Amino acid sequence: MREFRYERAADVAGAVALLADAPQGAFLGGGTNLVDLMKLGVATPDVLVDVRELTSREVTELPDGGLRIGAGVPNADLAADRRVRERFPVLAQALLAGASGQLRNRATTGGNLLQRTRCGYFTDVTRPCNKRSPGSGCGALEGVHRNHAILGQTLAGSDHPATCVATHPSDMAVAMVALDAVVRVHGPDGERAVPITDLHRLPGDDPSRDTTLRHGELITAIDLPALGMPSRYRKVRDRASFAFALVSIAAALRVEDGVVHDVRLALGGVAHAPWRATAAEHVLRGLPATEDSFARAAESELEAATPLRDNGFKVPLARNLIVRTLVDLAESSR
Amino acid sequence: MDTQITLRVDGAAHPLTVDTRTTLLDALRERLRNTSPKKGCDHGQCGACTVLLDGRRVNSCLVLAVTVGDAEVTTSDGLAEGDRPHALHRSFVEHDAFQCGYCTPGQVCSAAGVLAEARAGWPSAVTDDLHAADAELTDEEIRERMSGNLCRCAAYANIVPAVAAVAEAEGVRR
Repeated sequence: MREFRYERAADVAGAVALLADAPQGAFLGGGTNLVDLMKLGVATPDVLVDVRELTSREVTELPDGGLRIGAGVPNADLAADRRVRERFPVLAQALLAGASGQLRNRATTGGNLLQRTRCGYFTDVTRPCNKRSPGSGCGALEGVHRNHAILGQTLAGSDHPATCVATHPSDMAVAMVALDAVVRVHGPDGERAVPITDLHRLPGDDPSRDTTLRHGELITAIDLPALGMPSRYRKVRDRASFAFALVSIAAALRVEDGVVHDVRLALGGVAHAPWRATAAEHVLRGLPATEDSFARAAESELEAATPLRDNGFKVPLARNLIVRTLVDLAESSR
Repeated sequence: MDTQITLRVDGAAHPLTVDTRTTLLDALRERLRNTSPKKGCDHGQCGACTVLLDGRRVNSCLVLAVTVGDAEVTTSDGLAEGDRPHALHRSFVEHDAFQCGYCTPGQVCSAAGVLAEARAGWPSAVTDDLHAADAELTDEEIRERMSGNLCRCAAYANIVPAVAAVAEAEGVRR
């Protein structure tokens, strides 16, 4: 592990100022991903600014019935929060489907959004990886990629400098994308609010950047607007517990008089970012809430899929997961 | 880069000078000679290093020692009261819940965390009713909640009843 200086600040502005002066520095939250990446030599910060106890650990009410989640709230506490369980079950279920009890106790809400892909080529410094080492190639494209992306990848050929087929690992972020969360950020130029659908990015021509945040910007809170419809999270994985998603879904559905009045769909395990299924949502609004409609919507979303040699199974898996989850939600909203 | 810290472990305070790169696990084992938490994967995947930090279970291999501050670290050793083993220690022995024993201190600390989380009414991924006031540690719940602790000897069939027996005695299992 590279040597680093360890810093704490008195407040958020102080932490932001510390990192502004350290172009190779990083904020440290719970450390469950960053410390691991530092051990692997994948992350090499020369300064760590510890913000775990600096940002709020409270969940507070917003005027519209929504909730503001402090960036320092541990994943375990957020999943256990009664208001989250009642108003946003999709979020509680997503959190509980992720990691292990020990990791959820330590991992923070802000840090969860910023965790890096678990692609085996990214985490192995002896392998090519355009995300870790831009221009070195993509080991996964022709290598082990059974659990890689089927949507939104950069597939310009194995020797193209920008190729990246990694997936985003977070369950929580998928639920927050479906919930239209807003990420509150404090940076060197002040504060701003980022719709979560604009936070994570597709690899494009620069897979090294997972998000649109600039260096030194600190997530301070996440706002969840009121939802007011049934929601749920479902995750398919190789093991029954403590495994990343092959495909996951966060969904919310409001049915009125048998017709889809409102719907939110986001997929995990399929792309470089949590995947908001806007095409499926668009198809569904106004259609009868039937299995046929749900299948049509799923197929319209997955038309754009470009599966790799060994992950084509994710396309029907995602389709079936969308249909089954919406059928369940339609039944529960009767 | 050397930094002065004081670690509070199993009821005693230990002033230490550590490199900032030192994990809590390495500080405990290599500096304080507390070999109760074990190093398995060193990447947060196996749970052998599990300790309680202010009563909450964490992977000590992913916690930097400089970040611990005033938090109380409890290892499996520290769960015992002097020569009196903790109820979980006795239950693991009574149920033959290990073979080689390497993962056991982590299993015990994790189980102590599971019991505390159940007493607080926390749900899990297999909890059907997210709104239930209380958590009940069925076998399925124990398996899910203990999934961050691996046992290469596969003593799971005895670990589950060992945890269940203590859960029953504590009223978080009927």
